[in-house]
Amino acid sequence: MNKIKSLVMGDAQADRVVPPTGFTAQLTLFVSGAMAFLCVFALALSLASGRVADRWADELARAATLRINAPADQKSAQTQAALRILEQTPGVASARALTSEEQAALLSPWFGSDLPLQSLPIPQLIEVIEADSGYDAAGLRLRLQTEVPGAVLDDHTRWRRPLVDAALALRRLSVVSIALIGGAMAAMITLAANAALSANAQVIEVLRLVGALDSYIAQAFVRRFTLRAIGGGAAGMALGLIGVVLMPAASQEGGFLTGIGFQGIAWLYPLVIPILGGAVAYVATSRAARKKLGNIT
Amino acid sequence: MIELDNVGYNYGGGELLSDVSVQLSPGSFHFLTGPSGAGKTTLLKLCYGALTPTSGRVRAFNMDVNGLDRDQMAFLRRRVGVVHQDCRFLDHLTLAENIALPLTVSGKEISHEEANLRELMTWVGLVDRMDALPPELSGGERQRAALARSVILSPDVIIADEPTGNVDWEMSQRLLRLLVELNHMGKTILVATHDLSLIRAAKNQVQARVLRIAKRQLTLAGADL
Repeated sequence: MNKIKSLVMGDAQADRVVPPTGFTAQLTLFVSGAMAFLCVFALALSLASGRVADRWADELARAATLRINAPADQKSAQTQAALRILEQTPGVASARALTSEEQAALLSPWFGSDLPLQSLPIPQLIEVIEADSGYDAAGLRLRLQTEVPGAVLDDHTRWRRPLVDAALALRRLSVVSIALIGGAMAAMITLAANAALSANAQVIEVLRLVGALDSYIAQAFVRRFTLRAIGGGAAGMALGLIGVVLMPAASQEGGFLTGIGFQGIAWLYPLVIPILGGAVAYVATSRAARKKLGNIT
Repeated sequence: MIELDNVGYNYGGGELLSDVSVQLSPGSFHFLTGPSGAGKTTLLKLCYGALTPTSGRVRAFNMDVNGLDRDQMAFLRRRVGVVHQDCRFLDHLTLAENIALPLTVSGKEISHEEANLRELMTWVGLVDRMDALPPELSGGERQRAALARSVILSPDVIIADEPTGNVDWEMSQRLLRLLVELNHMGKTILVATHDLSLIRAAKNQVQARVLRIAKRQLTLAGADL
């Protein structure tokens, strides 16, 4: 704790000892800002894709659709028959025929809302909600075939799996991106710290000659780079969050893309980014300084 | 204070020093002389641990210098004041800050030492140059400042490498007087110089011994200077 305190508070005298490095300082700020900005989006993408994968896997696994294609005069009878069969099927929690308004709402994105549904041979849809135990889809199909010839059972697995897989892959990619962002930041800060240490080799030599401990010299550099990384990271994170806030809110029409963002407590996650950035800079600069100091008596 | 025992040093291109044994006892004043390139600076660096001997042992304050880790080496350097040949200042700091640098790096609060610093700068005659930057100083001013920096932590031993190398005769007399005053205060002094007239001038002021490096060996020169 004391170490952190002295790192943040610093030592005005010690700070003067190493000459300021204007340009490298700005580069470090910029890099950590840019990385934090990217990290916010990678994090948002990761959380959103995780959410989508969970939701799809969950909701779709529990729901199936029964579609009844029948001539208009038989549709009602076949629907009743199908509902009766579904009620008797073990593992089906509930089954409900969609009302014509609901069906119209489903079709309106494609045909507009003025469509006279009654005049068209629209199949009747039945929403089937599965119970936890699950039902025997093959058996149900066989029974429907004999009693309700116009019924087609669609249990969504066919198109659900690739979507869930895609969402999970997207989440994996986001996590890998976050790791790469951290690694790239560590690499760039190491390069910047090495440049600063090399540029100040003479200063470091003099400090050693007058009796400075390695830790004292390293601290002067580590402190600067850590604070810059935190500062740049905080600015980048703030800009990234503004970007996320400005994204359109999640909506039914926009589908997955508008769902990128944070929800609830997750809004606090990005606050960790500047701190992690500072930790990365601390470790990277400490290692670089220890290595450089080893070459100076 | 500092003791070299059969010390040899090899730069990789042959031996520069071999079988050097010498003892700097407390309160002594030694000159180290010899032709350029004979190894005067090397011998001094062995004394303050900037170089480690390739053979033999160097002991400082009853510690084996070879066995010191980096932190212990830093503490050793706080106990040995060194005036480097090229002074080694930090050009972005003012003269006062440079002289106070050993205080700064050992974590002392400079504001508490303000009076001491002023006194020290008065002693070396640089009190009106406190805010100057090192590149603005003359050779003599730089050497006096380097001497002031070497004594600010009140070390027991002061090692000076050609402190009168770049200054005129009058200034070298002045520097010599400062070193003699330090010796009278009980400090152990080791001064490398090729200036024999400086050594002669010192003979009247202090009981000095003269060490000469020639042909890789260190000998105690007689009174025949």
